[in-house]
Amino acid sequence: MRLALERRPEQSRTMTVVSPLIAIAITVLVGAIVFSARGLDPLHALYVYFVEPVMTLWSLEELAVKTAPLVLIGVGLAVCFRANLWNIGAEGQFTAGALAGAAIPIMFPEWQSPAALPLMLVAGVLGGIAWAAVPAFLRNRFGVNEILTSLMLVYVAQYLLDWLVRGPWRDPDGYNFPESANFEGWHALPTFGDGRVHLGAVFAVVAVVVLFVFMSRTLKGFEIRVSGEAPRAGGFGGFSRPRTVWFCFALSGGLAGLAGLCEVTGPVGQLQPIISPGYGFTAIIVAFLGRLNPIVVLLAGIVLGISYLGGEAAQIELGVSDKIAQAFQGLLLFLILACDTLIRYRIRIGRRETAVATDA
Amino acid sequence: MTGLEAVIMTIIAAATPLLLAAIGELVTERSGVLNLGVEGMMIMGAVGGFAAAYVSGSAMLGIAAAVGAGVAMSLLFAFLTQTLVSNQVATGLALTLFGLGLSGLIGEAFTGLPGAKLQSVHVPGLSDLPLIGPVLFGQDVIVYASVALTALAGWVLARTRLGLVIRATGGNHHSAHALGYNVIAVRYGCIAFGGATAGLAGGYLSLVYTPQWIENMTAGRGWIALALVVFSTWAPRRVAVGAYLFGTVWIMGLYVQGIGINIPPQLLASLPYLITIAALVVLSGDRLLTRVNPPACLGQPFVPDR
Repeated sequence: MRLALERRPEQSRTMTVVSPLIAIAITVLVGAIVFSARGLDPLHALYVYFVEPVMTLWSLEELAVKTAPLVLIGVGLAVCFRANLWNIGAEGQFTAGALAGAAIPIMFPEWQSPAALPLMLVAGVLGGIAWAAVPAFLRNRFGVNEILTSLMLVYVAQYLLDWLVRGPWRDPDGYNFPESANFEGWHALPTFGDGRVHLGAVFAVVAVVVLFVFMSRTLKGFEIRVSGEAPRAGGFGGFSRPRTVWFCFALSGGLAGLAGLCEVTGPVGQLQPIISPGYGFTAIIVAFLGRLNPIVVLLAGIVLGISYLGGEAAQIELGVSDKIAQAFQGLLLFLILACDTLIRYRIRIGRRETAVATDA
Repeated sequence: MTGLEAVIMTIIAAATPLLLAAIGELVTERSGVLNLGVEGMMIMGAVGGFAAAYVSGSAMLGIAAAVGAGVAMSLLFAFLTQTLVSNQVATGLALTLFGLGLSGLIGEAFTGLPGAKLQSVHVPGLSDLPLIGPVLFGQDVIVYASVALTALAGWVLARTRLGLVIRATGGNHHSAHALGYNVIAVRYGCIAFGGATAGLAGGYLSLVYTPQWIENMTAGRGWIALALVVFSTWAPRRVAVGAYLFGTVWIMGLYVQGIGINIPPQLLASLPYLITIAALVVLSGDRLLTRVNPPACLGQPFVPDR
């Protein structure tokens, strides 16, 4: 017995849709096994984890809060990955954006004006772009691998944040806690409903629509897809690879920076040593689950958002650590990648000769 | 122990996990496979090693468990990238994310517990010599293993038939296949070796370096090891030099702070990452080394029946 792959004549459209669903199903199944191994009723546990988060208005709002940054970052990364560029430092760009935007209210706390927030948003985007520009520049100018540099800068951004909130940017009236002052008035992001869902959710939806049209309907979007799938052909077509690198990193960095600024001026409300439960990394999973397609990324963001909420619910109601969320997320990405094999190959289980024969 | 001895000992301690993880990844990459999951294999080695040592009370069992955890993770990667031909970059990332998540979950029960520390070797007489005593004869077994494995990898790759096959697989997998070598099997083996050393590196962190479990305790060392492989231009000897240089820089930061120069600790903590970037940039100036040396098939999938 042997497992053999047989290349499909063309990529299976059915499997493109079905493969992530299989991956989600297996993740849920593994979840059930893990829960029952812990002596919990698996059905009840799965209900608490995956269903309850979408059953009440309150939790739906909370889901939007979690999904907004995931989608904002995830659509940017989807474009990047399409171009075969591996920006895996979105977590750092998220932090840099939060810092750049938050500099305004922290340095000018008295300046309460309607112009403050738009300026902060612009600064947030620019902060993210600046942080992403480093790996883009190093790749274009020196040919340095963007995976390693973008990731290294995540740590640098986190230490920068840590230094600022413990040092110069600490709230003078904050009893020495490592926190900045709270962002209030024109320095806080407008919210809807019960005051949790914020403007970031709107930005996320806008980004999804704009990037969907951009990728499928414009020349630049086509250029990015060609540049990723067939860089040589792109070169013959006059498409500049360095320009694509700049564009993709600026786009994904800017969106991550925007997400970071929305997070600290919205749900978090101040700068703290930790401002993200790993959104920048989870967004990588969002991009893949979303088939690198902006519209599907929105759905994928909701799925991963549920995994965060479910983790919190499991901790409160089942006494299971909320760290289980991150384990599920990692497992999900694994399974998506494994199932994606089905898009390009048929799997034959049998003797080697049969596989060769059918292939020929 | 004199001051100089202490400095050298801490440098070796900082360099050992980097060297271990990097030498395994080097062998993996020489066979043509890019495994970006070093950080994930390492952290699973750290948590697996700590848990086994804590439960059994034996540090040696902990080491075995660390290696086992690293290998198990690497085989997961091998199955996806070699058997299912998934994208190596994405799968490596998945391995890291999965490892960080799972280790956090497993390790939660062990947070803050005192660990079983692996004891250093003591050779009567020799270990008590000034300076060279503790440095050469007073280390723990993992330090010796890291040096031995590096030498072994260098020898096997350069001087043996097995090394030739590994290099052929990484250089041109179609030719290696045509010559009758089982490309997939060779790569499975090299990936597992990389997993074993990455797991051991993690075990070193949780059993020797800071003998306890702390979430995310690898702190990017797996990624730095990946950079070291590039930095070494895929040569085992230079991996060792790079790892010890890196350990030196890491430790010098601490000493600079110790003598009272007022630098924010966060800046010192981010130095290793900034220096990694700087090292990659400096190295890239040498086009010959960076273009000629990488295995030609690095990161490319291989499907035999095509």
